[in-house]
Amino acid sequence: MITGRFFAAGADRRIAITILILLAAAIIVPLLNLAVSPASAFYIPSYIVALTGKYLCYALLALALDLVWGYCGILSLGHGAFFALGGYAMGMYLMRQIGSRGVYGNPLLPDFMVFLNYKELPWFWYGFDHFWFAAIMVLAVPGLLAFVFGWFAFRSRVTGVYLSIITQAMTYALLLAFFRNDMGFGGNNGLTDFKDILGFNVQADATRSALFAASAITLALGVFVTWAIVGSKYGKLLMAVRDAESRTRFLGWRAENVKLFAFTVSAIIAGIAGALYVPQVGIINPGEFEPSNSIEVVVWAAVGGRGTIVGPIIGALLVNAGKSWFTGALPEFWLFALGGLFVAVTLFLPKGIIGMWDSWRGNARAMRAASLAEEAGTDPDVPPPPKVVRSAATRPGDWSASGPEPQPAE
Amino acid sequence: MILLRALGLTLLFLMASLLPSNAAEADLRAIIAKFATGTGFSATEAVVRELAATGDPAVERPLAALVEGNLYIRKADSAVFVGNESGDSVALLDPLSGEKSAEAAKADITKIKVNNGLRRVIRDALGTLTLRAKDPTVRIAAADTMLKTPDAANIEPLDAAIAAETDANVKALFEQARAASVLVSDRPEADKLAAVALIGARGDRDALSLLTSVEANSPGAVKDAATAAIGTINSSLALWDAAQNIWYGISLGSVLLLAAIGLAITFGVMGVINMAHGEMVMLGAYTTFVVQQVIRTSFPGLFDWSLVIALPLAFLVAALVGLIIERGVIRFLYGRPLETLLATWGVSLILQQAVRSIFGPTNQEVGNPSWMSGSVDIGQLAVTWNRLWILVFALGVFAVLLYVMKRTPWGLQMRAVTANRRMAASMGIRTPWVDALTFALGSGIAGIAGVALSQIDNVSPNLGRGYIIDSFMVVVFGGVGNLWGTLVGSFSLGIVNKFLEPYAGAVLGKIVVLVLIILFIQKRPRGLFALKGRAVEA
Repeated sequence: MITGRFFAAGADRRIAITILILLAAAIIVPLLNLAVSPASAFYIPSYIVALTGKYLCYALLALALDLVWGYCGILSLGHGAFFALGGYAMGMYLMRQIGSRGVYGNPLLPDFMVFLNYKELPWFWYGFDHFWFAAIMVLAVPGLLAFVFGWFAFRSRVTGVYLSIITQAMTYALLLAFFRNDMGFGGNNGLTDFKDILGFNVQADATRSALFAASAITLALGVFVTWAIVGSKYGKLLMAVRDAESRTRFLGWRAENVKLFAFTVSAIIAGIAGALYVPQVGIINPGEFEPSNSIEVVVWAAVGGRGTIVGPIIGALLVNAGKSWFTGALPEFWLFALGGLFVAVTLFLPKGIIGMWDSWRGNARAMRAASLAEEAGTDPDVPPPPKVVRSAATRPGDWSASGPEPQPAE
Repeated sequence: MILLRALGLTLLFLMASLLPSNAAEADLRAIIAKFATGTGFSATEAVVRELAATGDPAVERPLAALVEGNLYIRKADSAVFVGNESGDSVALLDPLSGEKSAEAAKADITKIKVNNGLRRVIRDALGTLTLRAKDPTVRIAAADTMLKTPDAANIEPLDAAIAAETDANVKALFEQARAASVLVSDRPEADKLAAVALIGARGDRDALSLLTSVEANSPGAVKDAATAAIGTINSSLALWDAAQNIWYGISLGSVLLLAAIGLAITFGVMGVINMAHGEMVMLGAYTTFVVQQVIRTSFPGLFDWSLVIALPLAFLVAALVGLIIERGVIRFLYGRPLETLLATWGVSLILQQAVRSIFGPTNQEVGNPSWMSGSVDIGQLAVTWNRLWILVFALGVFAVLLYVMKRTPWGLQMRAVTANRRMAASMGIRTPWVDALTFALGSGIAGIAGVALSQIDNVSPNLGRGYIIDSFMVVVFGGVGNLWGTLVGSFSLGIVNKFLEPYAGAVLGKIVVLVLIILFIQKRPRGLFALKGRAVEA
């Protein structure tokens, strides 16, 4: 049944194309990097491979946010925290792989622990010598945090701006915690100087290509999973909660459980993104917990179009490519550009690039239908395409008591 | 002309006051020269006594040098110097002024020898000298040193000094110093008990450490008395510590109140979170900086007034920027609070980068006016003036806002819009104007908060970032649309934070507070003072 839907026309075809492009990239880009000679025009330099690999991780993070924000209406300003936690789990595994090759040559303790006078490995580092354990932690730690946090928050019906603020407080608290040296996570230097992953040199071109391929495939998988969730019956429930939470609750659904599931899945996806990100950039430090990072993720999703699956991916790639270009060419203006992007997207592109494209296509189709109808001499009054109506206001001071549409300022 | 004459008079007085001291200095030099003529310890002792008898504080330097064995005689001309050994040579300093006058090889000078008996004589003389100094602060310092390094030999000079002392405060200090000395002497038990009582009454950390050593070293009744006194001091110190924490907490609370109150108003009335609020604070701080720069270069005399001048300007600058943001961006996003949050975040990035481009990324120096520097002691509590003024200022701003909200037509309209926007609009209130002005007011208050914060924090483009999350916590904790909620929220957060700090450390304390707030929100999702009524659950 899913496969049938998968090749159907419309939005679903777009998902299929995205997944195919990603899978193709996972094969072609490493080939062009490894098998083609550097002199060739088709050669892709290693740094580009690493850079795009990083972008793909960001795209996966944006996709995770899209699941909760676009489809469930939860604006999380703390998704960077899940990303960073996944990254730290992976970083801990990579630290254990250094073994005695560190600066201090201590076979048991990572460098920073020797430096900070640790006598023995803290208990929470046990098990990270094994990849399987680290992989489980990559999923479990962000998932568990999201589950506990969400369970508390959704059960007591913290919604809207309040929820955004406490997710921000969560990542801020983690930022402060990870900055502490006695937390046992390397303090403000974080974890770095990685050597091997699964026995392969992290710096080698082949490993980088493999990581790129892994990121692309995981992203494809993420797109498929998100699409499957959203398209399922549960997905309908998710959107019902987004559009009219009280109404869904009155119909007998447990809105908090619906949200909790989406939030936890989303956190796990974000954790995976972080785990793929760390070996590619070679460092994880508490800076990843910065609330501003999490807010930046929101703008990626907003630029591409939230609630469209493909949009956040495009947004993440575009904004980060822009960031790389700006910080290289005009470092002074990057924050102006980013700030301007926030304002411009919310004012002029509320549905993002994909959303705009869709409504433009929808309008074009309606107009075409209208002109066809005119030629045929029938009534030209074709009803306009239905608008997406979203109940936005759950706060005092909003206009929402009856009108589902936000009213213009008088 | 009058000014000139006054100047001339002052000069005259100065010269007149200098002359006698010059005469005294010549006498002193004559006495010091006798160190070179006499031989043997008894001769040196005689000179020391003669010097001490002058009672001139200037003899402190040669006497101190003598105790240390640093007083030398140059063989060539029998001149006396304070020596400062470095390697093979000795730098010779003038015994009275301490200025370097010559350098000599060790062979060319002789050290004036001292023995233990002589050292005691010199120490007594020195102690007595500083105890008799004209300046009461010198006397107080002398008493403090004697208290911290008690010596039975101090008792006699202290007795003399107590008898001669006229200042009651200094006299009390002398008596405490004497008591400390009595405790280490072999005086009878009754004296020591009285001394313990005296020290115990002092009640600070110095007294505590003194008594602890007494408790360890003395037998019988004195030990018991010391133990009892330590108990009393400890409990009173614990009280003072608590008072100190409360004061720090109140101080932090006043800062939070200033930073958060504008946010609370806009959040309450318009239901939007202004992420650029921190940048309004920063703009206020930079306005203060600019005002001070102008004053420094053009009107140096007005420096003490700089903050008073900066206040209205900061309000206007921030309010204007706020108005522009409201009219230019937020107006189009009504009913979409989450989008407003993102847009204002974008605005905050732009403002930060703009300030960074104009003023540079480094911290700017903003000075304290004289009436804001220094501190005042209340018991064991040091209260700095700038913190105190900021507290007063924060409460003042709060009172003014409360008045505006409760007693003015505009405040009435704001409250009406907060309670029920549609109804208010139906009643003829121009809600867009209320929104715009409220936003400008909230921003303006952030601006004047910036003036206050420039006095205690680094003025840098990141200034606002440090406060924004704390301000959110205050608003979320206190509840929106209620000024009292913000007041209670900020002070309780401040005090809880400062009470946790000694146990958990600054960072961990903050984390604990954040976690507590997150848990609190579960219990009361609308904050401490939630708005009641139908408007809340729309």
